[in-house]
Amino acid sequence: MPDGALPVLDVRDLKTVFKTRTGEVHAVNSVSFDLRPGELLGVVGESGSGKSVTMMSLIGLLPSPPAEVRAGQVLFDGRDLLLVDADELRAIRGARVGFIFQDPMTSLNPVFTVGFQLMEPLRTHMGMKKKQAAKRAAELLELVGIPDAAGRLDDFPHQFSGGMRQRVMIAMALACDPEVLIADEPTTALDVTIQAQILELVKDLRQKLGMAIVWITHDLGVIAGIADRVMVMYAGQVVEQAPVKELFGNPQHPYTRALLKTVPSVRGKRAENLHVIEGQPPVLGAAPTACPFRDRCPHVFERCERENPLRRPVGKGHDVACFWDAAIGGPAHV
Amino acid sequence: MFDTSAPARKLVEVRDLKMHFPIYAGVFRKQVGEVKAVDGVSFDIFEGETLGLVGESGCGKSTCGRAILRLYDITDGSVVIDGVEIGHTPQSALRKIRPTMQMVFQDPQASLDPRMTVASIIGEPLMEHGNLSKAARLDRIYELMDAVGLNRNFANRYPHEFSGGQRQRIGIARALALNPKFIVCDEPIAALDVSIQAQVVNLLEGLQKKLGLTYLFISHDLSMVRHIADRVAVMYLGKVVELAPRDDIYATPKHPYTVALLSAVPDPDPNSEEVVERIILQGDVPSPSNPPEGCNFCTRCPNVLPICHHEEPKFEEVEPGRFVACHLFGDRKREASEEPETQ
Repeated sequence: MPDGALPVLDVRDLKTVFKTRTGEVHAVNSVSFDLRPGELLGVVGESGSGKSVTMMSLIGLLPSPPAEVRAGQVLFDGRDLLLVDADELRAIRGARVGFIFQDPMTSLNPVFTVGFQLMEPLRTHMGMKKKQAAKRAAELLELVGIPDAAGRLDDFPHQFSGGMRQRVMIAMALACDPEVLIADEPTTALDVTIQAQILELVKDLRQKLGMAIVWITHDLGVIAGIADRVMVMYAGQVVEQAPVKELFGNPQHPYTRALLKTVPSVRGKRAENLHVIEGQPPVLGAAPTACPFRDRCPHVFERCERENPLRRPVGKGHDVACFWDAAIGGPAHV
Repeated sequence: MFDTSAPARKLVEVRDLKMHFPIYAGVFRKQVGEVKAVDGVSFDIFEGETLGLVGESGCGKSTCGRAILRLYDITDGSVVIDGVEIGHTPQSALRKIRPTMQMVFQDPQASLDPRMTVASIIGEPLMEHGNLSKAARLDRIYELMDAVGLNRNFANRYPHEFSGGQRQRIGIARALALNPKFIVCDEPIAALDVSIQAQVVNLLEGLQKKLGLTYLFISHDLSMVRHIADRVAVMYLGKVVELAPRDDIYATPKHPYTVALLSAVPDPDPNSEEVVERIILQGDVPSPSNPPEGCNFCTRCPNVLPICHHEEPKFEEVEPGRFVACHLFGDRKREASEEPETQ
């Protein structure tokens, strides 16, 4: 990944709000990040941290109402995806930006064959004829490692196992050779041995096709093995962002540090006590005016109650949104 | 954990437990086959220990836990809990024994009645099985809420007003209400976030120490099981393939499936992820309605021998305390290794 390369996707100050009967939910608060060509950006966070909503806001996948993208810019190929009209967005979505969803059973249509569903993006976006599309669909299934690919085009989703269905989803997302692939917890619904198969496949496909990938997950183990760079989200905000080794080796934000400690490992020495983050994530009723982690933070001080910290650089490609400085063990000079 | 010098008492003894579910098909709903969800499982659980039961989805680990508590009428085998054989006891007679054995379910959303308050959920077992006065019952409810770390003032709230982790605490309090000896925890943390998982696991461990509970901890999360269990049993397609003390099984797994399963778990450390040699199993788990002949794992095993395709390996003790069902170990080891590999 060349450092100076122009990002393929550049997101600035994204804000997404859900309007519900009981009031507003500020799910995404001023999220900014970029995605460089060929890189795999891991996005970690607990449920409700806004990681999926952020990515769905980018390409207009959220139903509106109740969702509303209030502010921000999403620059892709010189255009702001939040401003382009529906037809133009349709042409980008699926063709140039691919999406893999978490649950392969609910995201495949049970009444159409896998072949039909694979050919659909090829025919709409690439204008292929049926025969040509069928040939390409078979190639795609082969690419994702499905045995007897051509023979399985006429099968329905229920005739595939969970891991195979996820392979079909990946094939579908790759159909039009996207520049950006957004994968939303693609292995969470799978067993570990199947997850290992899919992770190997993705590593292999990256080398062959070289697209940029955003990989959303709550599993730090998956991120450690696959990502180049990691972004940690909490309460709808990016709290820390760093290259993968830097993040695991030198975590700065108290939330990241605690999160890394709560996850036991199957290898190495067994820790006697399990580390706990006390308390619950906050309810996002209004745009936060103070640090969202303050109630659970061991280093909280008076400033955290007054201001919401901005991201400040702490190293090469590493930034953190926190007033506490892990290096000096006290308040940072910002 | 207990003193190893004194032999621990067996609280639960499971022998050759089978749970087969019939498959009906056709116009006359004739039985055409059966799903062998649990197919001949044997193990003991000692008093005060936690036995971890791990495996992938569909391997029969939850069915096994439910069958042990006789939430099903089992097909075959015997289950002895606290000296009482309950394998084929009629459900009406089982009711009297139920207070000693309880269950914590996976989904706290589905296992709590949304129309009942927390106090009535936790108090229901006390009403069914005890004869406490109203005031004494409320005292006990408060005591249980304190024990699991729920605020007493929330006793009259409904489950939807709580977060996932707190709901799981309500489920745990309900299971504790009748002072059970044995609790089956069926994926109690699978539906929770990582930071909340640790809270619930620590709570379960604390309660075990305080009350001397015995757990069967069912989970697919191998790293959490390593933390909570004293011994670990690995299931594959309805059978236990390996059972060993926790440190042994994680340090030197024996059965090829255990080896592959452990190597598939991603490690939250990018440096070890770079060097780890992963065994990627090919294909999927066969259907439990039509398991392969011989060893259940022979279709995916990287070390398969000719004998594996026609003879089922026995589940036997290969080292003190370590049980494995594999032709690579045990009595048949030499004969098997002498046969040339033809695959």
